[in-house]
Amino acid sequence: MQDEPTPSELIKAVADFLRDQIAPQLSGHAAFKLRVGINALDLVTRQLTLTQASDAAEIEGLRALLNKDGALLDLNSELADLIARGEMDLSTPGLKDHIWRTTLAKLAVDQPNYASYRRELEGK
Amino acid sequence: MSAAFEDALARSVQNWCAGATGIRAAAQLSGGASQETWAFTIVRPDGDIDAILRRAPPGYGAAPSRAAGLDAEAELMRLSYDAGVPSPRVLHVLTEADQCGTGFIMQRVEGETIPRKILRDAQFATARPMLARQLGGILAGIHGIESAALPALRTMSSTEEIAQLDAEYRSFGWPRPVFELALRWLSRHDPGVSKKITLVHGDFRHGNLIIGPHGVRAVLDWELAHLGDPMEDLGWVCVNSWRFGEIDKPVGGLGSREEMFAGYEAGGGSVDADRVKFWEVMGTLRWGIMCCGMMQRFRQGPDHSMERAMIGRRSSETEIDLLRILAPL
Repeated sequence: MQDEPTPSELIKAVADFLRDQIAPQLSGHAAFKLRVGINALDLVTRQLTLTQASDAAEIEGLRALLNKDGALLDLNSELADLIARGEMDLSTPGLKDHIWRTTLAKLAVDQPNYASYRRELEGK
Repeated sequence: MSAAFEDALARSVQNWCAGATGIRAAAQLSGGASQETWAFTIVRPDGDIDAILRRAPPGYGAAPSRAAGLDAEAELMRLSYDAGVPSPRVLHVLTEADQCGTGFIMQRVEGETIPRKILRDAQFATARPMLARQLGGILAGIHGIESAALPALRTMSSTEEIAQLDAEYRSFGWPRPVFELALRWLSRHDPGVSKKITLVHGDFRHGNLIIGPHGVRAVLDWELAHLGDPMEDLGWVCVNSWRFGEIDKPVGGLGSREEMFAGYEAGGGSVDADRVKFWEVMGTLRWGIMCCGMMQRFRQGPDHSMERAMIGRRSSETEIDLLRILAPL
């Protein structure tokens, strides 16, 4: 067992330091690069916080759709193959719901401020 | 800029630009391994000229397979300029005698290319409501260029484009059920070869358009130009990723499809709205696959940059946008 603070706490502390203390001292290309870097750290923090629950929900959804057990990557590959072969599509019970849920979970980590994502959340 | 390159460029301008005595203020704007863009000023007693050089450095002659090539880009820019499409004036196409590599030199056009500024800054408030229609008119101008005058370009049909995207996606070896749904949809809705085959810009969107307070000043970057269905350009400019948050204004976050179509028809073009929608879906998937490609290049190097890595994480934005079109809630 590793000790505390957790990875997400450490990364958040670094990101906050860069954002609050360093960013105001930079301009031009260096400021742009730093902003990209801070965005990356923020993404990692969100992934560390959110992925356990979203992966668990995704694997449960895949099990129900495919009626079998397996690792997340394998089950996703199987779903992709079934769609590619035309054996599953949007009319398959549960498929549209599953794909929407997993896509929203990706956006929650990758780009929670993306306008399409925010619009879909408002509709819920 | 290396001293040898600067000397060669200074000698070059003296050969073709009347009264030029040299160059100054050379600065690189962007560049990968095979293509660079430089800004510089041609010094002349009668008045300096701000210029842009696009070049492949000596030894980097071969362009990637989709690229039109720098000579073709220069020719297309010249043809567009002559056809009344807002374009930079091409000043010189490099030859071996210039010893600057291959490429061309154009006049610099002042204006803005950064989408967030164009969509939000007060200085573009007058231009914004006119831009969707104006973009339609410009595309009609591009698609109306006489095909006999065009340089040699690849021809790309919707069917070939689907097959290429499919192969590229599968080469990544990473399952994406949403991309699979999109590929199925595209195959089932493939409109086939267009009755009208024209010059297609191929990357007509924010970033490649210089905007001033009164509208479009120049269309840039003909790297992805090809022959094909003119509706491709109308669909690509509507891809949600180019709306930069203004998602209810499909044409680059600026206005409606109907406004763009009206401008296109006023400019002599005719619109097939179903084909435009098809190409918007294709374009959304294409941008998603381009993002995945950035991830691959980040991982395999040599460009191991944060920006590339983070663009890889933008592929999911195209998944939600594809779902919003193909399987709305």
